Amino acid sequence: MKYFIKKIISLIITLLVISLLTFTAFSIIPGDAALSKLGVDASPTAVENLRKEYGLDKPVIVRYGDWLADALHGDFGQSFKYSNKSVSELMASRLPVTVLLAVMSLIIIVVVSLPLGMLSARFSGRWPDTVINIVSQVLMAIPSFFLGIIITYVFGIVLRVFQTGGFVSPDKDLQGCIRYLFFPAVAVAIPKIAMVVKYLRNSVLSEMKKDYVRTAYSKGNSDNQVLYGHVFRNALIPVITFVAMVVAEILAGSLVVEQVFSIPGMGRLLITSISARDYPVVQASVLYITTIVVVINFIVDVLYQLADPRIRYA
Amino acid sequence: MSDSSDHSALVFGLTQEISSVDPHEDTDAATRSVLFNVFEGLVKPTTDGEVEPAVAQDYTVSDDMTEYTFTLRDGITFHDGNPVTAEDVKYSLERSAGIDGDQSALSAISDISTPDDSTVVITLSAPDSEFIYNLTTAILEEANDAQQADNPIGTGPFKLTEFEEGQYLTLEKYDGYWNKDLDYIDEVQVKFVADADEAFMELQSGSIDCLQYLTKDQISSVGDDYNIITTTMMLVHGLFLNNDYEPLQNKEVRQALNYAVDRDAINEMFADGKGMIVQTHGYPRITAWYNKDTEGTYTYDPDKAKELLADAGYADGFDLEITVPSNFTQHVTTAEMIAENLKAVGINATINSVDWNTWLSETYQNRNYQATVIGFDISSLSPATWYKRYYSTSDNDMTNFASTEYDSLYDQAQQTTDNDTKKDLYGQMQQILTDDAASVFIQDPGDFIALNKRFTGLKTYPVSALDFSSVQYAN
Repeated sequence: MKYFIKKIISLIITLLVISLLTFTAFSIIPGDAALSKLGVDASPTAVENLRKEYGLDKPVIVRYGDWLADALHGDFGQSFKYSNKSVSELMASRLPVTVLLAVMSLIIIVVVSLPLGMLSARFSGRWPDTVINIVSQVLMAIPSFFLGIIITYVFGIVLRVFQTGGFVSPDKDLQGCIRYLFFPAVAVAIPKIAMVVKYLRNSVLSEMKKDYVRTAYSKGNSDNQVLYGHVFRNALIPVITFVAMVVAEILAGSLVVEQVFSIPGMGRLLITSISARDYPVVQASVLYITTIVVVINFIVDVLYQLADPRIRYA
Repeated sequence: MSDSSDHSALVFGLTQEISSVDPHEDTDAATRSVLFNVFEGLVKPTTDGEVEPAVAQDYTVSDDMTEYTFTLRDGITFHDGNPVTAEDVKYSLERSAGIDGDQSALSAISDISTPDDSTVVITLSAPDSEFIYNLTTAILEEANDAQQADNPIGTGPFKLTEFEEGQYLTLEKYDGYWNKDLDYIDEVQVKFVADADEAFMELQSGSIDCLQYLTKDQISSVGDDYNIITTTMMLVHGLFLNNDYEPLQNKEVRQALNYAVDRDAINEMFADGKGMIVQTHGYPRITAWYNKDTEGTYTYDPDKAKELLADAGYADGFDLEITVPSNFTQHVTTAEMIAENLKAVGINATINSVDWNTWLSETYQNRNYQATVIGFDISSLSPATWYKRYYSTSDNDMTNFASTEYDSLYDQAQQTTDNDTKKDLYGQMQQILTDDAASVFIQDPGDFIALNKRFTGLKTYPVSALDFSSVQYAN
C-alpha cells in the first residue's frame, strides 16, 4: 500500500514537471496557433482577435496556471485546430484505434516470439538457433516505418491483399478495422519480435547455468521438463519488463507507423497538433503518454512479484 | 479497379487536413477549394477568373459604384430545403464581416437593406468597382445560426454529410441544386492523407481516385487507370526578396538576381515545363488584369548578372540566406536550384529550411529573413488584394518593397471605377514590380491531376476550387 501511494505521488510529480516543460517548450519555439489557423491572408486584427480568444496574449505562466486549474477539474479545453471539438472528445475518438493497434501488435509479438525464443535456446549453438539469430539480427535493424513502406508496397500495391489507406473506424466496422490494422501491427511487431526472441533466448541460457537447473536434472527430469517446468518461468521475468516497455511505446502512439499507414490514432493526433501549434491537444497528449509509461512501469513491478514471489517492495 | 458501371463515391486525396467547415473562417487554400462545392455567394468564380451570379439571379451596380442591387434566384433553396431569403444574405454578410473584423473586405459596406424577400441592396461607404469579387462570401441559413461551425448549411451543388476530423469529409449531391443543367456524380469523399508519397501509394492501390500536385515522375508511373489533367497551381511562385536587407536595397543587385536565376530549368523540374513563366506578381490565367508585356524582361544571363553586381559594388558577391518552408518539397528543391544559380554568379547563397509555422511567424509576419521561396495563391479575385502586397505601408508587404510611384498608382486604381483605366493602372504597377525587380518572380507552376477513368470532367479554376459538380461517371 505504501508502495502504491509512493508510486502515485511520483506519477503526480512527473506529470506536473512534464506538463510545465512542454508548456515552456511550446512558448519558446517559433510559430503561433492563431496565425497557423488563419494563414497567410489573415488580417493582423483577425489574428490578434483569435490570439485573445485562445488566451495567447497572456503571459506563459498565467496561461499555465489557467490550464492547470482546468486540467485538475478534468477539463483539457478546446482544440485550436479543430475549433469545435474539445480535447477530450478528440482523444476519445483516437484512443480506441491506438489501443487496438497495441493489443494486436502485442498478441503478434507474444505468439511469435515466445516459441521462437524457446526454440532458439533449446537448440542453442545448432542450426535452428543460428538461423533465428541471423534473421532476428536483420529484422531488428529495420525500422518500423521502412518496414511499413515495404509492406504497403508489397501487400498493398503489388499483391493487393491489403487496401492501402483503407482505414475504417472501429465503431463503424470493427472487423474491417482489425483487418486493416493487421499489417500495421505486423510492421510494429517485427522488430520487437526479433528483440524479444533474442532477449528470451539469452535469458533462458543464463538461467540454464544456475544451480537449480543442475538439481532439476539430477532429479531425473528430461530436457523439456527442465526447460518448460523450471527455467521458462524464471527466464520470463526480464522478458516481461521488455514486453511491457514495448506496449508502453505502442500505446504512447506509434507515431511513425500511424503516419505511414494513415491511421488516425494518438500518434497522428500528436503530430498534427504539434505542427498546428495546438497546445491544448499537445499538453493532453503528452500527459497521456507520461501516464501510460508510469502506469505500465507500475504494472511491471506487480507482475514481477507475481512471477517471483521473493520480490517484495516495501 | 475500373469497373465500367461502378458509381461509387469519388475519393479525392488531399494532403492537407481540413480543420474547419465554417466557410466564413479565414482558412487555407485547401479548405476553400473543398468548401467551394458546399457553399456559394451571391456570385461565384468562373473558370476564367471572373464571377457569375449564383445565389443571385442577376445584379445591377449604380453608376457611382456604391450601390449593388441583387435579385435572388427564383426558388433557390438551402440544403435543408428552406428557401434562401434576403434576410439570410444580410445575415451571412454581416456574420462574415464580424468574424474577419475591421480589415475584412466587407467592412466597406455601410448598409445592407432588404426591400423585399428576394432583393438585397448593398451600399458601400466609398465607390469600389472590384467589390463584386468579395461577394463570393458564402450565404448561410440564418435559422441554423447556432450550428454554423459544426453543421453549416449552404446552397452549393453538394451538401456536407459527414466530417471526421483528421480522416475524411463526405459530400453528397444536393438534388435541389438550382442549376438543373448540371449532371454530376452522387458522392465525393475527400480523404486527408498525411503526406504526398503516402497519397500516391493510395492512388496506385486504388484507394484514391483523384489526386493533385503529382510530379512528372509520378505521372509516368501512375498506370493506365488514370487520366492526367494538366493545369497550373495558380500561384505566383518565386524567390521573394527582403528589400530591406542591405545588399538587396540596391535595385541593380535585385536585377542581377533576376538574371542569375534559370526560370526555365525550375519550370522543367517542377512540372516538365508545363508552368507559365512570369516576371511580375501576376496571374497569366486571369487575362483581365495580367500585364503580358512584363514577360521576357529578364533572360537567364549569368554574365549580365555578374556585371550588374560589379556595378553595384558587389563584385565579390555577398551572403544570402534563403529561407524555405520544409513541408513543401518543391519549394525546397527550387531553393536548392536557385542557390546553385546564385553561387555561379558569386553570391554565397545558403538554405535555411524551417517548418511552416516558423515561416508564417518569423518570415511572413515578422519579416525576419533575407530571401524566401514561396508561392502566393489568391483568396480573392479582386486584384486590389493582390497588389496591396507591395504597397509600402501595407501590413502584408512582406518584401518591404517601397515605391512612391507604385503607391500612387495603387491609390489611383482604388479611386477609379472604370475597369479599362483600372487595368491600365494595375498593368503599370506590374511593370514597376518587374523593372524595379521587387523580387525574382518565377512562374505559375504546372500541376498534374490524376483522375480515375471511372470519371470524366473536372474543370480547373484560377482560384482555389475543386469543382466536383463538373465531374461525371464515365459510364
